[in-house]
Amino acid sequence: MSILDGKKVIVIGDRDGIPGPAIALCAESAGAEVIFSATECFV
Amino acid sequence: MDLENQKRVKDLTEEYGPENVVVLLGAAEGEASGIAAETVTAGDPTYAGPLTGVSLGLVVYHVCEDEVKEEFDPDVYDEQVSMMEMVLDIDEIAEEMQAIREEYTKY
Repeated sequence: MSILDGKKVIVIGDRDGIPGPAIALCAESAGAEVIFSATECFV
Repeated sequence: MDLENQKRVKDLTEEYGPENVVVLLGAAEGEASGIAAETVTAGDPTYAGPLTGVSLGLVVYHVCEDEVKEEFDPDVYDEQVSMMEMVLDIDEIAEEMQAIREEYTKY
């Protein structure tokens, strides 16, 4: 069963890892709707 | 996790229903992934934010885990994530994430 297709996705990206917008594009490519996207910074 | 983001996660989960929401993380290492994952499942482990004592039990994955990676368009993933994936310790991250899901995810 699909994890992402048709789901509402919350993206918490990381400036030192994968940033939010990059994850959001991936999620949309899997058929999910991105309802929030942020990029955190631990510094 | 950022306190403002915790509030957004809490509000959006109430709005859309926890069973419909999936959280995707992009943290750079296992420990940070685990803390963020714990925050959206069991509650804020640092006792600082709006999710303290709030067990949302959401489905949560790191963007580089195989389970979600195989659902992405491979071209999009290659362009957006694969460069960073090479410098991350994916095994360590996946191990943390799986442990949190097994213990706390409700959906």
